[in-house]
Amino acid sequence: MNQEELDTDYDVIVLGTGITECILSGLLSVDGKKVLHIDKQDHYGGEAASVTLSQLYQKFKQNPISQEEREAKYGKDRDWNVDLIPKFLMANGELTNILIHTNVTNYVEFKQVSGSYVFKQGKIYKVPANEIEAISSPLMGIFEKRRMKKFLEWIGTYKEDELSTHLGLDLDKNTMDEVYYKFGLGNSTKEFIGHAMALWTNDDYLQQPARPSFERIVLYCQSVARYGKSPYLYPLYGLGELPQGFARLSAIYGGTYMLDTPIEEVAYTEGNEETGKFHSVKTKLGTFKAPLVIADPTYFPKKCKSTGQRVIRAICILNHPVPGTGNADSLQIIIPQSQVGRKNDIYVAIVSDAHNVCSKGHYLAIISTIIETDKPHIELEPAFKLLGPIEEKFMGIAELFEPKEDGSKDNVFLSRSYDASSHFESMTDDVKDIYFRVTGRPLVLEKKAEEETA
Amino acid sequence: MNSAVTSIKLVLLGEAAVGKSSIVLRFVSNDFSENKEPTIGAAFLTQRVNINDNTVKFEIWDTAGQERFASLAPMYYRNAQAALIVYDVTKPQSFIKARHWIKELHEQANKDMIIALVGNKVDVLENNEDERKVAREEGEKLAEEEGLLFFETSAKTGLNVTETFVAIGEKIPLKTAGDQETDSNGVAISDEQRIDLANSGNAAGQTAGCSC
Ligand SMILES: Nc1nc2c(ncn2[C@@H]2O[C@H](COP(=O)(O)OP(=O)(O)OP(=O)(O)O)[C@@H](O)[C@H]2O)c(=O)[nH]1
Ligand SMILES: [Mg+2]
Repeated sequence: MNQEELDTDYDVIVLGTGITECILSGLLSVDGKKVLHIDKQDHYGGEAASVTLSQLYQKFKQNPISQEEREAKYGKDRDWNVDLIPKFLMANGELTNILIHTNVTNYVEFKQVSGSYVFKQGKIYKVPANEIEAISSPLMGIFEKRRMKKFLEWIGTYKEDELSTHLGLDLDKNTMDEVYYKFGLGNSTKEFIGHAMALWTNDDYLQQPARPSFERIVLYCQSVARYGKSPYLYPLYGLGELPQGFARLSAIYGGTYMLDTPIEEVAYTEGNEETGKFHSVKTKLGTFKAPLVIADPTYFPKKCKSTGQRVIRAICILNHPVPGTGNADSLQIIIPQSQVGRKNDIYVAIVSDAHNVCSKGHYLAIISTIIETDKPHIELEPAFKLLGPIEEKFMGIAELFEPKEDGSKDNVFLSRSYDASSHFESMTDDVKDIYFRVTGRPLVLEKKAEEETA
Repeated sequence: MNSAVTSIKLVLLGEAAVGKSSIVLRFVSNDFSENKEPTIGAAFLTQRVNINDNTVKFEIWDTAGQERFASLAPMYYRNAQAALIVYDVTKPQSFIKARHWIKELHEQANKDMIIALVGNKVDVLENNEDERKVAREEGEKLAEEEGLLFFETSAKTGLNVTETFVAIGEKIPLKTAGDQETDSNGVAISDEQRIDLANSGNAAGQTAGCSC
């Protein structure tokens, strides 16, 4: 540790090592910016870390079980990497693009998620991954299948500049409900298209212009087409590998990393938090200056506001696969809101020892939804019922925050809390948005020249 | 005839400026630079060597400076089958740091990891043996106690650099064709769902349109 050589001036200071912050840190370092990246906690990942079982007990339980008991039941602690926030990558999504264009794929290995399921009338069904599965899917009757096929053909052949492929529909004028009507699709088909393919968490989209829904369905279909079984990917050793991979990218391009370093004080120009701009942060290792700071909401609570949404997440340990899934080692189950009399869908993400996130023979199921009542744990009941016997349950509630301002006044650029969606698309939107506000340029992903020598 | 390529993830550890990146540069490009910047840019290099008719591909991870404030990510050690712990024979402090890394690896890394203790910059001693601050015997003794390979090297002249990597390669159980890959606990990993994001995937997924 050569503290004496430690620089105190940087181009950017980043606080928190959640995936949003780590991607930005990596991208800015690659751009040649001098980045200092600090986390108050002693591990990478911030709110979206993957933690060991002992850390999980410590976080969620008042009376953690003894080490002996824990190891007898669940094996070695280091075999566990439990995500605090469940998500999957869309195979053709923006995070995948960023991973490829930054070569962070060198550090993280991925597996395909085995299946995507949707809940209907008390049972779960595989969401058809292609035409052949659609034809044999019990989700639709024979006539509905034909209509569904027509709909998918329209999605597949639609070309912006060929009016004839639009079939008279205008994606910016027609609502999604009007599109469904055009193809004569029934409620139950609308439900699985809107919730299990377009991945909307509620039905607000029906009355909105069709374009975003169209784009989401295209993303779903392209993601399925890329590897086959499902549109989703998941990293070996858990989602916590992603922030670590981007942090490494940042470090390789000169970024300086300090974990376990709480921020003692933030200073503003003119000594005024209200009217000044960001000036510096004070830590146990010294005071560091930069013209701007990027941070997650926990570092600047006063500069954030609640989105009004709260998410409940339940991490469940199972010692068996989820019933009715053909022993799948990983899957997503979507419980559409209308099936259980709710306004928001319930998501269940399941991974297992096949992904090196738990010890042999175990499965991790993480249930999440947006809270609608004052008894949130009861809202999760329909999901618990699908899982069979549950060995252990860890429940937590998170309020979602967003920045009050865009950072142009005080040079404090804040990310949003990780939302209830089942994938990373809204997170990458946030990354692109912050990147634009910080640099004044849109993020352009160009493949970096191969560093690797063979 | 065995034609399978064994991939070995190898990590480098050691105090700043002991010559970690220089050792890699010598091994991978047979090159040396007098005023090497602290590791920036390339911290993931690969190099193939032939060892007894087998090809071993080293995937070499350099620390990228994250160890400086105790901020090395667990990902760094994850699944590493080999490590070089490097010290500078002219800097006693770097030898103390090497002991620290040995302890750290015993705690964090997989227990079958092949570790080599490397005393670098011995070329400095050629003109002036007084510069030596860590005796060869000290290094040897520590390596023996801890069950490590031991080499004194010079990234500058190339002395013992390739030898260090070859010695590691010889100790790693080689993959024979058809072998299954195993994870750090010796559990077989089925490859069927693994994907190589950078190089695979259906082209149809890239273009507009939908094949479902
Ligand atoms: N004489 C001599 N100098 C060396 C040798 N190896 C490295 N150096 C010099 O030592 C300095 C540091 O070398 P690096 O390879 O950057 O060391 P490092 O361990 O990678 O340093 P960090 O990345 O900062 O942790 C450079 O100026 C090198 O030229 C060697 O074998 N002999
Ligand atoms: Mg180096």
